[in-house]
Amino acid sequence: MGMTITEKILAAHAGKATVEPGELIHAQLDAVLANDVTAPVSIKEFEAHNIEKVFDKERVIFVQDHFVPAKDIKSAEQAKIMRDFARKHELLNHFDVGEMGIEHCLLPEKGLVGPGDVVIGADSHTCTYGALGAFATGVGSTDLAAGMALGEAWFKVPETIKFDYDGVLPEDVTGKDLILHTIGDIGVDGALYQSMELTGTAIENLSMDGRMTMTNMAIEAGAKNGIIAPDKTTLAYIEDRAVRPFKVYASDNDAKYVREIKYDVEKLEPVVAFPHLPENTKPVSEAGHVEIDQVVIGSCTNGRIEDLRLAAKIFQGKKVHKNVRCIIFPGTQAIYKQAIKEGLMEIFIDAGVAVSTPTCGPCLGGHMGILAKGERALATTNRNFVGRMGHPESEVYLCGCNVAAASAIAGRIVHPREVE
Amino acid sequence: MKFNGPVWKFGKDIDTDAIIPARYLNTTSPEELAKHCMEDADPTFPQKVKAGDIIVADKNFGCGSSREHAPICIKAAGVSCVIAKSFARIFFRNSINIGLPIFECPEAVDGISEGDVVSVNAADGTIVNETTGATFKAKALPASMQELIAVGGLMKYVQAKLAAKA
Ligand code: SF4
Repeated sequence: MGMTITEKILAAHAGKATVEPGELIHAQLDAVLANDVTAPVSIKEFEAHNIEKVFDKERVIFVQDHFVPAKDIKSAEQAKIMRDFARKHELLNHFDVGEMGIEHCLLPEKGLVGPGDVVIGADSHTCTYGALGAFATGVGSTDLAAGMALGEAWFKVPETIKFDYDGVLPEDVTGKDLILHTIGDIGVDGALYQSMELTGTAIENLSMDGRMTMTNMAIEAGAKNGIIAPDKTTLAYIEDRAVRPFKVYASDNDAKYVREIKYDVEKLEPVVAFPHLPENTKPVSEAGHVEIDQVVIGSCTNGRIEDLRLAAKIFQGKKVHKNVRCIIFPGTQAIYKQAIKEGLMEIFIDAGVAVSTPTCGPCLGGHMGILAKGERALATTNRNFVGRMGHPESEVYLCGCNVAAASAIAGRIVHPREVE
Repeated sequence: MKFNGPVWKFGKDIDTDAIIPARYLNTTSPEELAKHCMEDADPTFPQKVKAGDIIVADKNFGCGSSREHAPICIKAAGVSCVIAKSFARIFFRNSINIGLPIFECPEAVDGISEGDVVSVNAADGTIVNETTGATFKAKALPASMQELIAVGGLMKYVQAKLAAKA
């Protein structure tokens, strides 16, 4: 019996020839990741159990991204716990203010994760790295502390659902729309405990940025991981960046899937997820009249250069609606710099957009754009739970960068073609 | 381990932002976090929850972020265990790792109402609704997870493993 790409990667890291769904394994880890919200909890566990050193100074990766530059005294204390630990253990990959970016934009960019890796991160969107053909999954802080100490973790081998996206993407339809449509179809627990393997011609034609947007949101369907087999697009992206040798895996033709789901992408249009779950999706043409107070473009889902280019194309020569506050968060310093070089920043600032240094910011209701009671935001982020971006009685709608930019101009949720 | 207490009931897809909103994640203190437990699902919950109470929820409890603060705040608020139709996977792992007992049992969720008194036998997964007399059986944890709990949690396992290497 053949194996899926996820099964093959897990088997190789568990030192086994084969594994089967449901099997519990201990796997070697290629990288473990934590941020300024989750690392302090891991560090507390690590130190409370008198563990002397991390398993590998290069592979324990810390990113200060959620509440830094510190938003208040308490967050400053959290960041300091992480900073002190990183210095004490001489971690080689601790990204602090000035170097940091949103973790899931930063790690692929720096080549710290690559095809065939097994990666855990104390952050649920660690599943992003599946776009590179890695097995990557989010864990909690205690799992992370154990990973920091041992360089291994236990996993239950997941069953896999195969998604086949067939056809050529219509204009205005992005990777974000594909994944929102998928979550709307299968639900926020539609892939619970399972692996989502994304395939098909539409995926083959998608850039790395678009692919990362999709695997990023696998967790939003409850999945353990999302994964795309490496191809020439992947290799072109990773070859010059990878800090370690990597290995390309692919699913066997006779691999076993628990479900196979096919989408004809040519029928799709841009999608918006209504409050308060990512599964509450509608085609944008059916959104009705929804006025918005704030638009947020960025995050680990849509904060990459291609996302900013798409937004800039729409903002070119236009102004943000007078009732809308629009904030853009580039994912990393390199993306920020590239956007300046390409003149995108000028377009944003001329349009009346506020541009922030890379940070998670309002995505999790942290800082830099918190909503008041009754306010409504349209965001290119990944979650629209109650209170996610501020007051429990505020609302978040999710979409791709083109819909977000167009709606910022219109003052209400619109299809990008309405502002052309 | 046996638990016995009155039930607070919640709906489906209760996410980690509802369990502990991100605006409180600038601390790791369990006591501080407990003050805001379930606040965005029920703002009065932190005031009314008492030690030994039980949470019963519909499907996909704990979906969303990986924040361990979620099971930590529930445990620190005094909740003895959580029964749900299903749990999101990171929440499930985190609960096991920090020692918050959780039970998957769809029938029990349908057969328990808010305010009912429920007793749970963790060893065999038996759940009894003392108010109605109905009995349910939760799914047993895999043996390796029971072992983890038996040695005192994941970090105790790590310590033993490191000691064996040294
Ligand atoms: S950008 Fe948002 S979803 Fe991504 S890591 Fe930061 S808080 Fe989490």
